[in-house]
Amino acid sequence: MEIFEVIQPGLLTTVQDLGRYGYQQYGVPVSGAMDNYALRVANLLVGNNEGEACLEITLLGLQVRVLGNTVIAITGADLSPMLNNSQLPMWEAVMVSRGDTISFPWPKRGCRSYLAVTGGIDVPKVMGSSSTYVKSCIGGLEGRPLRTGDRLKSGKMQMGTLGRRLPPQYLPEYGNQSELRVLLGPQDDHFTQEGIHTYLHSEYTISTEADRVGYRLQGSPIEHKAGADIISDGIPLGAVQVPGDGLPIILLADRQTTGGYTKIAVVITADIPKLAQAKPGDKVRFLQVTEEDAHRCLREYEQTIYTLKHWIQQGH
Amino acid sequence: MTYDRPRFLAGGDKALFIEFGNAIAPKLGRRVQRLLLAIQNTGIPGLVEAVPTYRSVLIHYDPLQISPKELRDRLETLEQRAEDSQFPKPRVVEVPTVYGSEYGPDLEFVAKHSGLTPEEVVQIHTSTAYLIYMLGFIPGFAYLGGMSSRIATPRLDTPRSRIPSGSVGIAGNQTGIYPAESPGGWQLIGRTPLKLFDLHKEPPALLQAGNSVLFVRITLQEFTRIKEEVEQGTYEMKETPVA
Repeated sequence: MEIFEVIQPGLLTTVQDLGRYGYQQYGVPVSGAMDNYALRVANLLVGNNEGEACLEITLLGLQVRVLGNTVIAITGADLSPMLNNSQLPMWEAVMVSRGDTISFPWPKRGCRSYLAVTGGIDVPKVMGSSSTYVKSCIGGLEGRPLRTGDRLKSGKMQMGTLGRRLPPQYLPEYGNQSELRVLLGPQDDHFTQEGIHTYLHSEYTISTEADRVGYRLQGSPIEHKAGADIISDGIPLGAVQVPGDGLPIILLADRQTTGGYTKIAVVITADIPKLAQAKPGDKVRFLQVTEEDAHRCLREYEQTIYTLKHWIQQGH
Repeated sequence: MTYDRPRFLAGGDKALFIEFGNAIAPKLGRRVQRLLLAIQNTGIPGLVEAVPTYRSVLIHYDPLQISPKELRDRLETLEQRAEDSQFPKPRVVEVPTVYGSEYGPDLEFVAKHSGLTPEEVVQIHTSTAYLIYMLGFIPGFAYLGGMSSRIATPRLDTPRSRIPSGSVGIAGNQTGIYPAESPGGWQLIGRTPLKLFDLHKEPPALLQAGNSVLFVRITLQEFTRIKEEVEQGTYEMKETPVA
């Protein structure tokens, strides 16, 4: 059924799910929600499977009119969400009615907010995913960000999901300084000892060149042994690429599938959501962990979502 | 350079590189392709997808289903046991291309730069089949190897803001085809009416790593006819097994 009409699309609002897998060998980026945790929780709160399509709202400006009674949940960045003229609670399932207006007037904390609706946002799946990759016009709503006048549909509605508020221990905190845990490699051997030391002991600032493709950082240049170029290879999510100028770029959801710059390290999966909520001007530091540590963190991260899913399914 | 044994390199907590050497060479390309096909035929638990590149395969995996140690062991065994004969023979895919005119505005420049006539540039460009090492950069873009250094030409000083889809170009000693309209700095020598990327097709990319591309010169009339056939879905690709 038709669920929202876009009054104002905001800075950048796209349809995203957990991403498009299996097509990187053809050069198709993964895309998907920048903050995987917020998207999954939003879906669980409204009674969806964790990977349904949601709206990813960047910083500010989205305004939609509700076209039919339904249940929504807003998670991720606090962009001061409003339901008509009152504040909309976040991280909980909320009933909205035909004629209501939902808006996101200004950013308070974080960068990307997720709006889930019961049944999920219904767009045709392209290569198995609803995620939008704007650059090549793939997926989502006609492969593009939302525009004024767009009408969005939701999938099949499931009721009985009201009143699910996320217990406070599951609420993420978004600050202006993040410590990102990384696994060194695959090309850490292309850097001098000094270079690795600089990387692990300096504070970097997220520049204004920060989008769904990646974040370019400013700070102390990292020294290579003999140049920044490698024979192009694949790029994992969170890869920290260091081109010739020595300044790191963290590659995120819409990254190219392959690239020819040295990758000094890769940010662990569990720390990607907080990075997705960081904004230009925010500070990051990198902390080296072992592969075992990274996998332990990933297990804990997945365990949290698993516990939450069961807690919700028991009718809390 | 080929390594004695493949190198395994962690790419964070969910990806593993298996690297065969440090060069762009057909021999390494074949090893990459062989491992990829072996992986596709096997079904490793926890495997999300495998991305072939010039000299390595990037394996995206779920470490909650398979440990990196077990994944390494399995890949090592697969790699040792894989033989070319198990897999379908690679193919040469013909890419009909009109050279020069407004479709290849830089053909004259490439000729001048190489000290050749435009006719000779076309002759050289169409005389070899180019191995597709990998796809990347933009969806459907194939990295081709084996272009003659005689027609190598540096990129434009000022990139064009809009290059039509299907444009065939040269950048340094590489040649390639733009699968979609995009900005770019390649020297454009021609254009193909083929659609290199179609998101409604499975697989969406016309060219696949492991196969080769042979550019075949066509006339403007043929270009128009093939373009129509491609749009109507009646065009039949010309492919032959690699000799």
